[in-house]
Amino acid sequence: MLVNYTDIWTAFLQTLTMVGLSLLFSTLIGLPLGILLVVTRKGALLEQIPFFNVLSGIVNIFRSVPFIILLVAIIPLTRLIVGSSIGTQAAIVPLVFYAAPYIARLIESSLLEVDTGVLEAAEAMGATPLQTIFRFLLPEAFSSLVLNLTIATIGLIGASAMAGAIGGGGLGDLAITYGYQRFDTTVMIITVGILVILVQGLQTTGNLLARKIRRH
Amino acid sequence: MITFKNVKKIYETNDQSIAALNGVDLEIRKGEIFGVIGFSGAGKSSLLRCVNLLERPTSGSVTVDGQDLTTLSAKQLREAKQHIGMIFQHFNLLDSNTVFANVAKPLVLKGVKKDEVERRVTELLEFVDLADKADHYPDQLSGGQKQRVGIARALATQPSVLLCDEATSALDPQTTQHILRLLKQINQEYGITILLITHEMGVIREICDRVAVIEAGQLIESGTVFDVFSNPQTATAKNFVRSVMQDEIPASVQKVIDQRDAGHHIYKINFLGAGTGQPLLSQVAKRFDVDLNILHGSITELQNIPFGSLLVELIGDAAEIKRALQYIDQSDVIVEEVLADAS
Repeated sequence: MLVNYTDIWTAFLQTLTMVGLSLLFSTLIGLPLGILLVVTRKGALLEQIPFFNVLSGIVNIFRSVPFIILLVAIIPLTRLIVGSSIGTQAAIVPLVFYAAPYIARLIESSLLEVDTGVLEAAEAMGATPLQTIFRFLLPEAFSSLVLNLTIATIGLIGASAMAGAIGGGGLGDLAITYGYQRFDTTVMIITVGILVILVQGLQTTGNLLARKIRRH
Repeated sequence: MITFKNVKKIYETNDQSIAALNGVDLEIRKGEIFGVIGFSGAGKSSLLRCVNLLERPTSGSVTVDGQDLTTLSAKQLREAKQHIGMIFQHFNLLDSNTVFANVAKPLVLKGVKKDEVERRVTELLEFVDLADKADHYPDQLSGGQKQRVGIARALATQPSVLLCDEATSALDPQTTQHILRLLKQINQEYGITILLITHEMGVIREICDRVAVIEAGQLIESGTVFDVFSNPQTATAKNFVRSVMQDEIPASVQKVIDQRDAGHHIYKINFLGAGTGQPLLSQVAKRFDVDLNILHGSITELQNIPFGSLLVELIGDAAEIKRALQYIDQSDVIVEEVLADAS
């Protein structure tokens, strides 16, 4: 094996950092976007059709750029934000650009699942638009939001592997540089094994959490 | 209490416009239970939703308690809605909230203090007999229990009007009876005016004071429940009445009618209120030279007034039958001839 366990541990922490921070930032961006996509569409609470069309278009544009291209395309912006274009921190910027529109769409689909009858009840009660969003829409979609954010997290783990291309580090990077390019099967097996366990653990936790929220 | 003046609701689709309400005039009095019945697509749902502006009328005005809601600002409208409770066919409770939190919702939105919310919700849950379910979630309740939560929630802000959107259509007959009794109780104890829409004539018969029949966006018939049931004017109203009054002629009797010769005459006599107490048929038999053969009959009660119909065959000389009919016609009943295959 060309690396020691400390290297693997460091890579593991890098993956957690990249995924954790980019999940945090992309949810902070994606959640309001997702809400806007739901409440501004035709016939919705705050119908703003032109706004909705523009927003939806922008989200689609970012969703269609392959991550590996996004990674290099926004290097100037990355440099502006974190002061460097390489390293774990630098990888978080393209990861956020990748995941935020994705999360916006996932949140949109969760919120669209909410029974329109509940929203009608909110309107009949005289709820303000903000009350409708925070006291009806989000609580009713919470369980589904958790499941969709789990999917986003797992997607981010996959994407973070590619961040190795700009020196982001992490388990994926280790698997590619040592396991794949230098034919180190042991490193490959260990890193992929850790990723499998990580994904399994996340999905199981997400499922349990969602069920707990739904069943209380 | 609620007044519709020439209300129109028109939906514009791609190349055609559909009138869900086509000039509705309606006056609902304070403290009454008013039912609007119609088939699906007749416009009853739009009519109900125009009262609290879940749907905005295209033209015309709807006033509630003397206030034309269409002229209010968004803020004033939200306040006005607190005086209009609403319950729904599918209950529309928040699955993520407990029974308590669901009932408390309108109060919380209004910014009522926590201990006041607690007091009021406890009181409401006791009223709908669900005090022991406060910490349950809607998916742990039966349909009837869910609707009672819906009712408690609708009453939370002490509304003067309660709108019921097919409130019992998703419930079984026994549960329907419970909910209807509860609505009647709310109407009597709190004097809340109730406007309900339904496609079940049984609901109208059970609790309404007055009823209107809606078809293609227009009220085609209205009156007291007794009047509409005992003497429906339009084909649609007759259809609805027939659906619950069981005055349908049974197949076996119909067969007998169909097999009669042309010389036989069968009549349906509808007894209205006072008419039920008269010994009409025995008098006919005594006064005229006709034989009476009762083929079928049923007596029921409408708003505490007995109401019934009898299917009678008159046998005898044609002239004598005519005289007998004239006599029957003069009393407090409605008589019509039943022809073969005319069911």
